[in-house]
Amino acid sequence: MSPEMARGSSTKTAYGPETTMNPTTTQGAQATGAASPKIRAANVNFYYGSFQALHEVSMEFQENKVTALIGPSGCGKSTFLRNLNRINETLRDTRLEGEITLDGQNIMDFDITEVRRRVGMVFQRPNPFPKSIFDNIIYGPKINGMLKGTSAAEMVEKSLRRAALWDEAKDKLHESAYALSGGQQQRLCIARALAVNPEVLLLDEPCSALDPIATAKIEDLLVTLKGQCTIVIVTHNMQQAARVADTTGFFLMGRLIEHDKTNVIFKNPARRETEDYITGRFG
Amino acid sequence: MTGRNTYRNAVNNVMLSLSGVCAVLTVSTLFVILSYLVYNGFSSLNLDFFTQLPKPTGQVGGGMANAILGSAQVVLIASIIGLPIGFFAGIYLAEFGGKTFSMLVRYTADLLNGVPSIVIGIFAWGVLVVPMHHFSALAGGMALSLMLIPITARSTEQFLIEIPRSMREGALALGATKWRTIATVIVPAARRGIMTGMILGIARISGETAPLLFTALNNEFWSSGLSSPAATLPVMIFTHAVAPYDDWHRQAWAAGLVLLTMVLVANILARTVISRGASLPK
Repeated sequence: MSPEMARGSSTKTAYGPETTMNPTTTQGAQATGAASPKIRAANVNFYYGSFQALHEVSMEFQENKVTALIGPSGCGKSTFLRNLNRINETLRDTRLEGEITLDGQNIMDFDITEVRRRVGMVFQRPNPFPKSIFDNIIYGPKINGMLKGTSAAEMVEKSLRRAALWDEAKDKLHESAYALSGGQQQRLCIARALAVNPEVLLLDEPCSALDPIATAKIEDLLVTLKGQCTIVIVTHNMQQAARVADTTGFFLMGRLIEHDKTNVIFKNPARRETEDYITGRFG
Repeated sequence: MTGRNTYRNAVNNVMLSLSGVCAVLTVSTLFVILSYLVYNGFSSLNLDFFTQLPKPTGQVGGGMANAILGSAQVVLIASIIGLPIGFFAGIYLAEFGGKTFSMLVRYTADLLNGVPSIVIGIFAWGVLVVPMHHFSALAGGMALSLMLIPITARSTEQFLIEIPRSMREGALALGATKWRTIATVIVPAARRGIMTGMILGIARISGETAPLLFTALNNEFWSSGLSSPAATLPVMIFTHAVAPYDDWHRQAWAAGLVLLTMVLVANILARTVISRGASLPK
């Protein structure tokens, strides 16, 4: 077990300090310290056609922390996540209201490709390109003009190492990415996202198509990435949220019900709905 | 009760046999045509057929070298014009089109696909041959390209649509522009399918006669350039078949055999390409 993993599995550091429990926490309230957030969403409403999927969601994500978004299916957590890198704009007939800022600047003011370079994303099912492992990794740096003066091979190795895939992939870099198992493909997708040095990494139920062993590897990986970039993970699996996240937000029917330290959400939630969901009374 | 069951079983068996017979008929048609062509034309297939010009009427022998070259020229011109336009139109339909305009383009392409080739021919004659004052291989190629464009557009669109959405989002999420995503991920992923559609399209137009009758016309000699009338296999089959000479008839059969073989080879090639295609996870 690596030192990072050991640190990750200790309750104290993984869940954050025990002492900052805040009884006044309510909907949209800030969960952690006073540092200015990496991403801040304010009064976000989102519509698919005439259907309103998000209602007045306000949430802040602290730099280099892991935040989990939990809630029953269709509660809007994925929709919310997909607004943070503006990938929802690829869908027709959608509308976003409210403001989302990255380092204090409205993401709508950025060039869309810059937002997506700085805010990476990993999807529910592994989606490697039908190219070699090497070409998958190098794709992002190439299209973003980041290869100048850097060795592509070094960049590939670094990214694969960060995603804990190097040992398994180093001998087949030029084979098709489809030669990898599902779990390896998902780590390849994480490596591909990391290759462009994103400041934020969004993960949309990254383990839902994986078996428990592959899931454990991804979770270990997230713990090692903590401190390197800001991570937001949508998950159906509450144990997963408990294992990897510093703070957790609970969504229900398009609203953010509660966002607090993960241990507070799981042990002493302020809202009745959260407690019902955590204890399995619905959802 | 037993009588009723007997009746039902009888109906069942009759219908089953009937559909079986029809299936066999469908399959055997191709083999009947092929063997008929071989029977009538194979004797005229020799080196001369591929290397010699047609002999003047009344003389035995000669070949259709000019028509084979002419067909190749016309199909090449059609491909150079038709494949890129169809390809980009297909990309537009699959990736960019808004709802209404896309539907209009798609519907129009389907209508154009269904336009009788003789109508394409007379149209090309009116807008190309008449203003240019002479029949030409160029006009023939352009007429065929009118048929190739909608075929290519629709098949390209079809194969692009099959690429899963998650693949597009994967590239977009890395900061790729939409065009970059299409050019570097989506089209390469659909490459085999798109190529298959193009091969089938070329095979389809290479047998067309009517548009060429009005445009490339025919030529008993080597064509003197793209702007001169050119012999093509389909038209040559027509003129040789209606002439009153037995030797020409045999040559027409031989030309038919060559044409059919080319089309069959193209089809088989296309199927091989598509079956070797890496299957994408959905």
